[in-house]
Amino acid sequence: MKLSKIVALSSALCLVTSVAQAQSNPELDQLKKQLQQMQQNFDRIQREQKQQIDALQKQLEAVQQNQTTAVAEQDKLKEQMSLRMDDVPRTDASELDRKPWRPTDPIRIGRGTTFMDIGLVGTFAVGGSTADDIGALQIGGHDPNQNGFTVQGLELSLSGAVDPYFRGNANILFALDADGESFVELEEAWLETSVLPGNLQLRGGQLLTEFGRHNVLHPHGFAFVDSPLVNARLLGPDGLRNPGARLAWLTPTPFYSELFFTVQNSHGENASSFRSSGGHRHGEEDEEQLPFAYRHFDNDRGVNGLDDLLFTPRYALSFDLNDSHTVLLGASAAFGPNSSGESGNNSTQIYGTDLTWRWKPVSHEGGFPFVMWQTEGLLRKYRAGEFDWDEDGNGGDEDGDGFVDGGILVDASTGLPAALGRETLTDYGFYTQLLYGFKKGWVAGLRFDYLTGDRGNYESMPLLISDGEGGGDLLGRDPLRNERWRVSPNLTWFPTEFSKVRLQYNYDDRRDIGVDHSVWLQFEFVLGAHAAHKF
Amino acid sequence: MKTFLSLLTLLLATLAGHAKLNVVATLPDYAAIAKEIGGDRIDVTSLAKGPEDAHFVDAKPSFIRVLNKADILLEGGADLEIGWLPSLVANARNSKILPNGSGHVVLSENVKLIGVPTGPVDRSMGDVHPAGNPHYAMDPVNGKFMAERITQVLSRLDSANAAFYQSNNERFALRLDQKVTDWKRRLEPYRGAKVITYHRTFDYFLERFGFELVGTIEPKPGLEPSPTHINALMSRTKEQGVKLVIAEPFRPRRTPEYVADRIGAKMLVLPDKVGAVKNVTDYFGLFDYTVTQVETALKN
Repeated sequence: MKLSKIVALSSALCLVTSVAQAQSNPELDQLKKQLQQMQQNFDRIQREQKQQIDALQKQLEAVQQNQTTAVAEQDKLKEQMSLRMDDVPRTDASELDRKPWRPTDPIRIGRGTTFMDIGLVGTFAVGGSTADDIGALQIGGHDPNQNGFTVQGLELSLSGAVDPYFRGNANILFALDADGESFVELEEAWLETSVLPGNLQLRGGQLLTEFGRHNVLHPHGFAFVDSPLVNARLLGPDGLRNPGARLAWLTPTPFYSELFFTVQNSHGENASSFRSSGGHRHGEEDEEQLPFAYRHFDNDRGVNGLDDLLFTPRYALSFDLNDSHTVLLGASAAFGPNSSGESGNNSTQIYGTDLTWRWKPVSHEGGFPFVMWQTEGLLRKYRAGEFDWDEDGNGGDEDGDGFVDGGILVDASTGLPAALGRETLTDYGFYTQLLYGFKKGWVAGLRFDYLTGDRGNYESMPLLISDGEGGGDLLGRDPLRNERWRVSPNLTWFPTEFSKVRLQYNYDDRRDIGVDHSVWLQFEFVLGAHAAHKF
Repeated sequence: MKTFLSLLTLLLATLAGHAKLNVVATLPDYAAIAKEIGGDRIDVTSLAKGPEDAHFVDAKPSFIRVLNKADILLEGGADLEIGWLPSLVANARNSKILPNGSGHVVLSENVKLIGVPTGPVDRSMGDVHPAGNPHYAMDPVNGKFMAERITQVLSRLDSANAAFYQSNNERFALRLDQKVTDWKRRLEPYRGAKVITYHRTFDYFLERFGFELVGTIEPKPGLEPSPTHINALMSRTKEQGVKLVIAEPFRPRRTPEYVADRIGAKMLVLPDKVGAVKNVTDYFGLFDYTVTQVETALKN
């Protein structure tokens, strides 16, 4: 069509110019001849094109005809295949799929009919505790955070194949803190290779660090209402997660074993043992609470070199003892800088081991009965930096009233702001949990948590928080490192895979604080896609 | 020269040995049919064991290893393995068995599924499968279509043995035809008999042999039986002359036995797949056993 337009236009142009020229040019006949020729050319081209179009149309019709015959043949084949099944109630699902979508139709989010699986998980808790500092008792980021109701999280999960080479996944969590303020967390958002050679797999984006068993779970995957203490204290209230990349290699051993290596940024609120400004908590904020290791952080730099990154290797192996017993063992470590003290540049090392043992008889209904025992132990070596509470060099007396100002840490032996030295702090702990699915839909659980830290030099100093008038409260052990333990029995009922109700009791014993009792009832729903269970 | 030739033969033999296709099936049924077609020229593994509930198999890490080495993955499809297979396949680092990979086989694609929901579906109806009832292997005629599909894939990926696979397939189909005729003849006298099943596992079998399903022990797919439902089921079916209450071996017996007792039916435990009961080790055995059980139960 375009061609013919051009031809027509140029012919017209030629015509106009020719006519214009004809008045002053004696070679009129020749031009007339030319014009005639052009017109003939134009007609010929148009004719040819029409013929071509007709031919194509005929071909198209033929192809369509063939297609209908093919479809008819297919239907015939299907008919033959279905044999005597004609009386069976039938709706052809594929027929529905072929129907073109119109704007008035609902957006279908079933698996296989869209390019993304969408799921929504709502987790809520209600209950109470004898503790008046629930924020410090329940240290997990998504633990129940107050007496009464807690929105533990409303997690939106999106996943699917990006293209033949990548899978994509995102988990975005909405929740309310103890004050009723909404907050949003980017739990995870990554893409992962599906066809990397050499048994490798690469994942990049915002990811949960591949450290142990619990850290990679989203809150709705927990077997208890709350996070294990050791994970919340040593890896972070919300676990360890940050932007980065993870390389995983399925090693060529006769049994399953996999080597993971994760590299991430080491700063931000979700790397609380590293260059975080102290971690975050959605519970009742305690304004008076001293920072970890009684010293402030200096964390205003990003990543300036490799040593500003967080490196996490993990090795996991698993074997089946027989058809009903499976064991999984793992060892993890995380190395990175922390921002403790004035220099803001020290290092943290965290080591962890885990053991999972699962029994499920070969004959089971709906996955029940089963017994699962899972234990994780963690050890953290935290190099705390030097820190002088006399930050402005005025003896901590900025208002000039002769006393060290309120809120400043004072060394009682000198009466001056405390000068804390460099030292390595050792913290360790473990949790062990036993789950017994005794009847279809019913799971009884029992978990024991233990956590402590070796007394640091700063905890042996006679330190007090100044009240601004020459006095203050004497400090003992760092509450963020002190010994504590907890026993948590619970009972979970899964009406279906898509809902659960869980009742849990916690017996907490915090050294220097005492015993607390808490009872929580948790309820959860899953809408939409439900990711396949992992082991 | 002789040494060279023998070395070459050895090398070829080794290569041929390596070329033996490694077939991994999610369920023993698919493995059993693959075995009929591939004989000893393929290796076959089933992830789920016969007595397991196929919907809830543990995603054991060792399966990742097995899938990593697979040339072919035979999957039932229709959401049967949706709760456990996708994460295993995603982590197996094996492009052959990824969806649309050369060795990824979804057997339901060759089968006419029944029980496809006609109206809108949501989960208030229980764990419904929008694609249809995935227990199609319980119709022996579907065995032929599954075998056909497996034969196609084996022949395509191992063309050297294509003739072998095809002749096995023909033999399998022929034998199955004869068997189906025989099974039908034996169950013909009981055509139209009313039955109750625990879950809708046997719909295809009942359909094929002309039994009538009048209710299930489960109130909705995947839900535990409730007293209300059981009472309603019994009062509804009491006068209907229900002959059998059928459950898979892994189901609790008490409720179906109670129902059978109260409505004057017989309780029958039938295998839902190859290996679900002892002595059922292949696809023919599955129906030999089932037909005999049903026949014996209905005879008296």
